[in-house]
Amino acid sequence: MNRMISYEAKDTPVHRLSGFTKLVFFLLWCLTSALTYDTRVLLVMLVLGIVIYAVSRTEWKQVSGVLKAVMLFMVLNLAFIFIFSPYEGVKIYGSRTVLATLPGGVAVTAEQLFYEFNVMLKYFTVIPAVFIFLVTTDPSEFAASLDGVGVPYPFAYSVAIALRYIPDVQDDYRRIRDAQQARGIDMSAKAPFLERIRRVTSIIFPLLFSAMEHIEVVSNAMELRGFGKHKKRTWYARKPLKRADIAVILGTVIFAAAALVITWADGERFWNPFLTRLP
Amino acid sequence: MNNKKFGIREVVAMGIGTALFVVLTNVQIPIGIPNTYLQPRMAVMGFLAAIFGPVVGAVIGLVGHALGDALFYGSVWWSWVIPELFVGLAIGLFAKKYKVREGGFDVKAGVLFNVMQVIGNAVAWIIAAPVLDIVLMGEPADKVFVQGIYAFLGDIIIVGILGTILLIAYSKVSGSAGSLKKED
Repeated sequence: MNRMISYEAKDTPVHRLSGFTKLVFFLLWCLTSALTYDTRVLLVMLVLGIVIYAVSRTEWKQVSGVLKAVMLFMVLNLAFIFIFSPYEGVKIYGSRTVLATLPGGVAVTAEQLFYEFNVMLKYFTVIPAVFIFLVTTDPSEFAASLDGVGVPYPFAYSVAIALRYIPDVQDDYRRIRDAQQARGIDMSAKAPFLERIRRVTSIIFPLLFSAMEHIEVVSNAMELRGFGKHKKRTWYARKPLKRADIAVILGTVIFAAAALVITWADGERFWNPFLTRLP
Repeated sequence: MNNKKFGIREVVAMGIGTALFVVLTNVQIPIGIPNTYLQPRMAVMGFLAAIFGPVVGAVIGLVGHALGDALFYGSVWWSWVIPELFVGLAIGLFAKKYKVREGGFDVKAGVLFNVMQVIGNAVAWIIAAPVLDIVLMGEPADKVFVQGIYAFLGDIIIVGILGTILLIAYSKVSGSAGSLKKED
């Protein structure tokens, strides 16, 4: 519950960039990483990500807990890919180099390992981008930057509310859970299926109904202050775009375009090292 | 009160609903199959979609899933974030017919709610998520369809049980409190 990434104010070149710039970077970065399977592009992205991570002076303890969670998820995912589709790599790269045979007759091929290596690289390219974005962007500026990329402001504002209330809801959650545990509802032990649902329900009921009251109170307050009266809205936390922002945005767009051109230069998204190695 | 179809209450419901969804990311009920859990946050999203409508449901699912992934796991699995909006949309489509806040969430409304949640979850996890996984992420088809079916089963169970209970309870409470409201 405690290991969550949170914003920390610092003065680095990454922190000084506008939230809008970082959001554009983040979205384009994710898109590029999702689309390409070109190992060379992915490796460049990984190195760039680590460099930016270092520039942002993000401390290890800010992200290490989350990183462990994602590692576990990644290992499981790679294992699942192998279990369900051990010859995916063979199908993609069109050759078959058997390295070893597992008991049960499943062959471990170089193609499969290379394919899964690429899947892993894709994860690793996204992780620094997420860390950098969340750790260096002020939540209220995040909402302003959503408005900046064309999201209608009521939606941008709802994201601001979400970010503002996550810590509150988390406190509520802990308080209710502790209270229920004090009343003797054990959350950890093994119990029949319906009993488990009943336990979670005993937390969710009060949590959800107090959230419903919160919604009433906050929306009344906003109504009294005339929220939504005008078509546009200005943002206290918005940072104007500076020269560095424009340079980063241009750089990101050019990089993403170049990466996709290089990826599809040979007509498909996979970069195939096995073609040249064939005897 | 203003008569705009998208009001302040919906904006706030999206915000606080998203916060709830994010906080509940880590609250999972194991069901005995490895790496498969029931996610109570889906029931909460279904509940809010049934009360505040399709847009609120879709945004809570979409933004909540993306933020929850990012904050807890440090990466955003877009091919599973985007389908989330179909669940909220489907459930919220008939928000007016459920009459939850008026105290009218009866058997008929309950059936409609569950039919819609099964449709929404089927579109999201059996169709959209695996297809996006293959097209966008280049994952093997066999694996993603199996994962999709497990996610579908887990979600219809938790939304069906927990979501329905929550709606019945809330409908009783708010219906009796609001019984002096003018009928429209």
